[in-house]
Amino acid sequence: MTQINVRVDGTSYSDDVEPRTLLVHYLREGLGKVGTVVGCDTSNCGACTVHLDGEAVKSCTVLAVQADGGTVTTIEGIADGGTLHPMQKAFHEMHGLQCGFCTPGMIMASIDLVGDNPDPSDDEVREGIEGNLCRCTGYQNIVRAVQQAAAEMRGTGTASAPAEAVARA
Amino acid sequence: MIPAAFAYARPTTVDEALQAIADGGEDVKVLAGGQSLIPVMRLRLAAPETVVDLTRVAELRGVREEGDVLVVGAMTTHSDVLADPLLAQYGQLLVQATETVADRQVRHRGTFGGALAHADPAGDLPAVALALDAEFVLVGPSGRRTVPASEFFVDYLTTALEEGELLVEIRLPKLGSEWGVRYEKFNRVAQAWSIVAVAAAVRREGGRIAEARIGLTNMGSTPLRATATEAALLGADVSLEAVTAAAALAADGTSPSSDLNAQADYRQHLARVLTRRALSAATGL
Repeated sequence: MTQINVRVDGTSYSDDVEPRTLLVHYLREGLGKVGTVVGCDTSNCGACTVHLDGEAVKSCTVLAVQADGGTVTTIEGIADGGTLHPMQKAFHEMHGLQCGFCTPGMIMASIDLVGDNPDPSDDEVREGIEGNLCRCTGYQNIVRAVQQAAAEMRGTGTASAPAEAVARA
Repeated sequence: MIPAAFAYARPTTVDEALQAIADGGEDVKVLAGGQSLIPVMRLRLAAPETVVDLTRVAELRGVREEGDVLVVGAMTTHSDVLADPLLAQYGQLLVQATETVADRQVRHRGTFGGALAHADPAGDLPAVALALDAEFVLVGPSGRRTVPASEFFVDYLTTALEEGELLVEIRLPKLGSEWGVRYEKFNRVAQAWSIVAVAAAVRREGGRIAEARIGLTNMGSTPLRATATEAALLGADVSLEAVTAAAALAADGTSPSSDLNAQADYRQHLARVLTRRALSAATGL
């Protein structure tokens, strides 16, 4: 077992993990952060996307020990109390989900994308979230949701910096 | 699935990494970005005794200039490559190919050196390194050596890296404004591996082609050079006719595999078509 110290959604944790523990399993089974889901076994689907030190990663393809000393933000950590993050709100308003399984990863990948590109075109959104699969194939509304959120984040200044930094500020 | 249990080492310097590899037992795997190794371990296609994680070896990350050469640290991530000002100026072929690698989450973790040491023939970056005659700097218990790209890729997932050795940096020639480049990739769906891809760099002098470098992705068990096309372009006019005639030779001497994505003869067809497109774009036709 290896001890790790990691900050997840604003709370610091210190835990012993096996080196082979995947970050997503540590989040779900160690910390109860079941908002982050496992959708595939092949690093394809992106449903498990979280932010590690401000960058979107597939948490099924990172070891929990690699997050030692780092900061993780999950879908459970982006709302400001009872107020949804602009990306969550836009997915809700634009009906950017059908079954909802891909949604946590879609939202985390999209926040990462808008951090790099505050005003993405249709094509740029589609390329930006190419690492996330929606098996309902509901991409049209997902693209609309990302663009609506990007517009709101530009207006409030949350698009130019990683969302978690703003949320913590 | 969950990987089989392993011992984990997290060195912070190259010396510590070499020691950890030496101490790691019979079956040691070096973890760079982990975007190929962790999936392979999850599927239990690999079950190493020890994993040596290079993520904290800061000296292996970054790009610097040495005269006419760009030196890229092996742990430079794909995202780093895309954001690097030196590569933006002198390394556009690598930048273009890197943009097509997997997806943004994978590019945040995956590394240039890891992709090269993994040596998947469907990977995009080996063909770029080969086309540019990159040099691979390897460090091991008996010292430091430099291996040319033409000798680095030995076979399917097999490189010139010896047991106990580490790829530390990759040296690429700077390509100035006299060069035109293009990475032309064909795949079926987003984030998929290349079915075939072509990395082309062309240097023009006046209206003629003074030098052409063409790397082929997934046309064999290692990346290949389209040597017949390169030879046909030497001194040729920059014209669609010359480019088309040269590109028709791009699959000469190759024996690509047949798999679910493509039969061998279709891959050869793709190599010719993609080479024509890459050369047309690289020469501004």
